[in-house]
Amino acid sequence: MLDRLIERIRAAYENGSPLILQGGGSKSFYGNPDEGEVLSTRAFTGVVDYQPKELVLTARAGTPLTEIEALLAEQNQMLAFEPPHFNGPATLGGSIAAGLSGPRRPYAGAARDFVLGVRIIDGTGQPLRFGGQVIKNVAGYDVSRLMAGSLGTLGLITEVSLKVLPRPAAETTLQFELDEAAALLKMNQWAGQPLPLSATSWHAGLLTVRLSGAVSAVHAAQVKLGGETLKDAAAFWQRLRDQSTAFFDKRPAASGQTLWRLAVKPTTPPLKLGDAQWIEWGGAVRWLESDLPAAALFEAAKSCGGHATLFRGTAPAGGVFSPLTPALHTLHRNLKQRFDPKGILNRRRMYPDF
Amino acid sequence: MLSPAFLSQLRRLLPPHSVLHEREDLVPFESDGLSAYRNIPDVVVLPENEAQVAAILRLCHAEKIAVVARGAGTGLAAGALPIDGAVLLVLAKLNQIRQIDPLARTAIVQPGVRNLAISEAAAAHGLYYAPDPSSQIACSIGGNVAENSGGVHCLKYGLTVHNILKLRAWTIAGELLEIGSDSLDSAGYDLLALMTGSEGMLAVITEVTVKLLPRPQRAQVVLAAFDDVAKAGAAVGNIIAAGVIPAGLEMMDRLAIQAAEAFVHAGYPLDCEALLLCEVDGVNEEVSDDIFTVREVLTASGATEIRTAESEEQRLKFWAGRKAAFPAVGRLAPDYYCMDGTIPRAQLPHVLRRISEMSAEYGLAVANVFHAGDGNLHPLILFDANTPGELHKAETFGGKILELCVEVGGTITGEHGVGLEKINQMCAQFSTPELARFHAVKAAFDPDTLLNPGKAVPELHRCAEWGAMHISGGQLPHPELPRF
Repeated sequence: MLDRLIERIRAAYENGSPLILQGGGSKSFYGNPDEGEVLSTRAFTGVVDYQPKELVLTARAGTPLTEIEALLAEQNQMLAFEPPHFNGPATLGGSIAAGLSGPRRPYAGAARDFVLGVRIIDGTGQPLRFGGQVIKNVAGYDVSRLMAGSLGTLGLITEVSLKVLPRPAAETTLQFELDEAAALLKMNQWAGQPLPLSATSWHAGLLTVRLSGAVSAVHAAQVKLGGETLKDAAAFWQRLRDQSTAFFDKRPAASGQTLWRLAVKPTTPPLKLGDAQWIEWGGAVRWLESDLPAAALFEAAKSCGGHATLFRGTAPAGGVFSPLTPALHTLHRNLKQRFDPKGILNRRRMYPDF
Repeated sequence: MLSPAFLSQLRRLLPPHSVLHEREDLVPFESDGLSAYRNIPDVVVLPENEAQVAAILRLCHAEKIAVVARGAGTGLAAGALPIDGAVLLVLAKLNQIRQIDPLARTAIVQPGVRNLAISEAAAAHGLYYAPDPSSQIACSIGGNVAENSGGVHCLKYGLTVHNILKLRAWTIAGELLEIGSDSLDSAGYDLLALMTGSEGMLAVITEVTVKLLPRPQRAQVVLAAFDDVAKAGAAVGNIIAAGVIPAGLEMMDRLAIQAAEAFVHAGYPLDCEALLLCEVDGVNEEVSDDIFTVREVLTASGATEIRTAESEEQRLKFWAGRKAAFPAVGRLAPDYYCMDGTIPRAQLPHVLRRISEMSAEYGLAVANVFHAGDGNLHPLILFDANTPGELHKAETFGGKILELCVEVGGTITGEHGVGLEKINQMCAQFSTPELARFHAVKAAFDPDTLLNPGKAVPELHRCAEWGAMHISGGQLPHPELPRF
């Protein structure tokens, strides 16, 4: 199967014909529209190695996340970056290529933080291996982490080694009625204290906070923070992770509005950019519906120390991601050119000019 | 040699005291922390602000003069070794903490700020900077980013790459790159990851935004002795399997224990083959639970003695021995050579057995200090550089240890970097196409190969030559020649 993937990319390289790399297709909405024939990793599955005591799992790109998460759960371990599944059969390769992380991200780390090594096939059809299966490794440039979030534009990820973590012994979720400004302040203040925070969310006047850790630690934090305990909390966080709540799933399509993701400095005061908002990641991510022009949102995010992504909706001419400075844009094109000289892999997916 | 014309151009860019050119001023910069590799620089520049850094880079770019960036010079892989005909760019004077934002939990610092100084400045807010390489009193954050430095708390708190948010960096052409963001991610490729650990090969860093974490409420350490290294290794896996992620998990072998005890009198048991130090931290209640679990696991794993530090004073004493392990071992022989491989933990007994066999073969003693939690092994090879051939023997032995690490699925460097020291072993870890991609990454930033040329990634012909030498019995031709 690996040989067939290599052959397909080699042939595409020879002909200069573009390929759309795809796992489960659960994130095909994400990024700019790309072009070409679909090259699927779905048949390239299987956990290659899993050593619970080493906290390391290695699996092929097409392995469904559900399969990996079930295997980890048997050993009481987890993918701590809580990758979103969205509405499809998300795969490991696709999750790393997209580089998206779920509610636990600010407190445990992002997809890229858990990548230890990758095998890829570059745009010439050359199989390559970077990083490894150990937690500390500084030999060579960190190409493995560069692959996380590169949207398949630098190579087809065929295998990933990840650091995994034990599941917390206890989890509880608390809710507080607070306005946006007060909720943002609380999220940031609490993150600066030794509390076992593992997720935060604010929407429609309700701050929701998840605590994870030893039974005693979660209990002590609960006593300290107060609030109302949320029942069925696992479902709440899963719906937020997969964006299957009405806010994300229904309204944008129905209203014709677009869903924006603004990544900003977490202490950024309330943004006045749209009607409905969902705040995550301790204030560092603001989801909002807005029909403002893309340039206005890119500029707004930049002035708050971050960047904006048109997450769901029709891509504007310049693309769905914040524009880069000229120096950084040149660097991106240079890197793309080095890994994919003919520009056949997920052409235009990240920026419309490559 | 640099031309007088070039030197006078440099002098026009900088105040007189920022350009060192006299031999006696240059000697202190002849090596970094790996003093076996020395080369007196042609010129040292010590810019005092970002504009000066950019101007130096633009000049060097225009004149096609190579630049070696250097922080505090504590690196252990000859990464900051001066190169003939190059400018040594010392960033130590960029040493200001520009901002601490306690609510956002970040610090904006210049590259010459010492690692520990960040935590000291953040302490007033109950915050600290987590990565703590053992040189943290002296090493600077710019160097930490260049090396992706670790420390004893990596397993739980991550490496430098996990604890920084943003960089201001300059290409050799003198263009500013703002990499990362004040949020948790940024648009485009993850250049923050690519820059971290890039050993001064891609761009020169002038500002780092680091994450600060709340100081744990409590930290407590357990010490356990074992009569067998394999049992100690298994105990490490058992602790993790029990669901505890210790803040620190360190192992020392017999020689390292004895050296440390003789040096700092930490009260270590001496009649054992291996010692584990397991620190847990967090909120008060959690630490109590974890200490209980850890003690149970250690007992079940066959520890011959278990002690829990009952006071902060005792905790620091337990750590004092481990933290002084390198200088302590340094007292056993005129010189020691510190290796830095990482291995899958399960391979520890096999690797230690092989190291001990090779130690007999080469006639050089080895003390082993091990970041057991994350598999990062520091064998310290004892030798005497004044005995002809011993340095070469130690280097060859060290190289063999690194190749062994690769063989068992590990890496030649966990946290010290490749520099010049391990450049040959890169050929053992990576294939030719992989090394070619590393060169391509460098070329994307630095097409003229002016930043720290010849370090970190071997030229492909070098691997061919090394491979050929390697086959001929590990005996390098002309061992008397310095191999820079």
